[in-house]
Amino acid sequence: MALESNVYPTPQRPGHRTIRTAGIAVRVNIRALTLAAIAAVIVAALVVWAVTLGSFTIPFRDVILAILGRGTDDTEMVVRSLRLPRILSAVMVGAALAVSGTIFQGIARNPLVSPDIIGINTGATLLAMSAIIFGFGSALVPVAAFVGALVTAVTIYLLSWKNGISTNRLILVGIGVGAVVSAGSTYLTVKFPVEIVRPAVVWSMGSFYATTWSDVVLLAISLAILLPLSILLMESLRTLQFGDIMTRSLGVSLERTRLMLMVVGCALAAISVSLAGPIGFVALIVPHMARMIAGPPTGSVLLFTSLLGSIMLLASDIVAQHMLPVTLPVGVITGAVGAPYFLFLLYRSNQRA
Amino acid sequence: MSVFTSPTIPNNVPAERETSRFQRPTRAAGLLILLGVGVVVALLSLRFGSLTISTRDAWNGLFDYNSEVYEQTIVRSLRLPRTLIAVAVGGALAVAGTVMQGVTRNPLAEPSILGVSQGASLAVALSVTYLGMSAPGQYLWMAFLGALGAALLVFAVGSAGKGGASPVKLALAGVVISALLSAWTSTLLLLNEDTLDTVRFWLAGSVAGRDLDILWTVSPFLIGAVLACIFLGHQLNVLSMGEESARSLGMNTTRTRLISLFFVILITGAAVSVAGPIGFVGLATPHIARAIVGADYRWILPYSFAIGAILLTAADLAGRLATRPAELQVGIVTALVGAPFLVYLARTTRVAD
Repeated sequence: MALESNVYPTPQRPGHRTIRTAGIAVRVNIRALTLAAIAAVIVAALVVWAVTLGSFTIPFRDVILAILGRGTDDTEMVVRSLRLPRILSAVMVGAALAVSGTIFQGIARNPLVSPDIIGINTGATLLAMSAIIFGFGSALVPVAAFVGALVTAVTIYLLSWKNGISTNRLILVGIGVGAVVSAGSTYLTVKFPVEIVRPAVVWSMGSFYATTWSDVVLLAISLAILLPLSILLMESLRTLQFGDIMTRSLGVSLERTRLMLMVVGCALAAISVSLAGPIGFVALIVPHMARMIAGPPTGSVLLFTSLLGSIMLLASDIVAQHMLPVTLPVGVITGAVGAPYFLFLLYRSNQRA
Repeated sequence: MSVFTSPTIPNNVPAERETSRFQRPTRAAGLLILLGVGVVVALLSLRFGSLTISTRDAWNGLFDYNSEVYEQTIVRSLRLPRTLIAVAVGGALAVAGTVMQGVTRNPLAEPSILGVSQGASLAVALSVTYLGMSAPGQYLWMAFLGALGAALLVFAVGSAGKGGASPVKLALAGVVISALLSAWTSTLLLLNEDTLDTVRFWLAGSVAGRDLDILWTVSPFLIGAVLACIFLGHQLNVLSMGEESARSLGMNTTRTRLISLFFVILITGAAVSVAGPIGFVGLATPHIARAIVGADYRWILPYSFAIGAILLTAADLAGRLATRPAELQVGIVTALVGAPFLVYLARTTRVAD
């Protein structure tokens, strides 16, 4: 398979430090943690900047006051109930997608994989589009998307099961089931009049229209559980890179490890897609960017990966909402914002090779 | 060895056993059987549709045409073009997909990964929005140019720098450029409801309502490139042994890849401009062919052509019969027809182990 870990020049573990305390020794990747700290600062700066932008500009000082609860009623209302939920959702969905992408590329040992290999986006799109087109009401759309994502994922997993899961069988079954499900979505787009189809098409491009605090809370709780879990699971993800047989002979319970990784990856992607629609690019490309900058995925690199996802998605949302003559769904923009930086990284890694 | 097997990962299936599953005469006979099936499906495609036509009229429509007989006119002017287009496009896309997977040694690679479909889609959306075009015959050349332009861009980006083009870099560059191009397409679809109304049918992929002229126009590219690809079997066999083995056998792997991809781009560009972006055939047919005939590309390529042609023709026929007198777009039906078969193969054959 084409994913060789030396595709991009990787540092020979520079900047690793071993920290020993009574009884425990932890090796820390100082370099990745530094990068993560820098990324965190950028995220914070983007958040504050994004809050100042909008139909009327709020000065930087008032933003800080409003966030701290000391602003005027007007600015507090706009900042707290309109702008912050959307911005925080973008930050967290970006992180969730980037981590989920890293997990699935690792499980499949294939650089072209995104959570869609287990049908997350296709399944969510089919049910959410149906909910929109048949007029179930906007409250039900996220529920429909979540159910669609999970049902498709479980279907693909069960259809791939035959005395265990082989990665290649999973990929093939994923292609098959995914194609059937997205054929359903295409059918919906050509079957109904264009004015009914249009809102569904807009949803299928991915956006943060109408995000509320309850979305933010849901995302925050999920990330608080799933992100630490993912960081802990990175060691087993690295073991999986040796291939199924080698992993087994190393004494790792292959099916259990992979199932756990998959459950975490699916949960991250399913929550994201149900709240923001299928946003492409982040899950597929951010893991590569993080690898090019910080090296192959480990716990500390994953922290950086998630923050890079946040930067990418929040920057895209800023562009989608404020920088263009028209407002566009963020999913349309992620590619355009991420592409130049990705191409720069690709060019640089070519220079070194 | 199948493309699934990385040279570094031990395989529990002995290579000789897999390649010699069938003897040469058996494989040749299988190809003849597929040819027979193809002819039968093509004849059925001439006979059935919203109006059932007798075998006699279908035959006369082809060889003893009498323009006064209504049924014969239908055969001649509607059913024959779409059948021939389905055979040509289906077979061509399948061959392109096989070469693509062989060259990149990635089971998830499909022709559209080089940005070809997205380039064509953007060109069509632009033509509809700004040039007022509305029929497949009108935007044939625009689509073809869009496809080639996008592929060139992917190559330029993927091979920039000293390292040159490696399959992974090309694929990633393709994914990124595709994301950029489809962002532009989505923007056009969102801003202009008339464009959405016209282009959504083209985007679903269809072989209906096209004159044979369209096929003749692109046939030099299509036939030339498909023939060239069918003779690439030996090169793909060598490439499938891995980069290092192929080089030590004296192959200039970079040149082989570039030549192969050039043909893939010609084929896909021509196919997309005739029928719109039809997914699945290029992605799934190589796996189906491989499951039937083994790992030898000299056999996989012709099998792919036959299976792809049968799949698309049968899908088009099924789309006409399923919702008579309305029609389902062939791009929707291919998935419904082909996917269960792919899942079945993934579960029963060795390919996925």
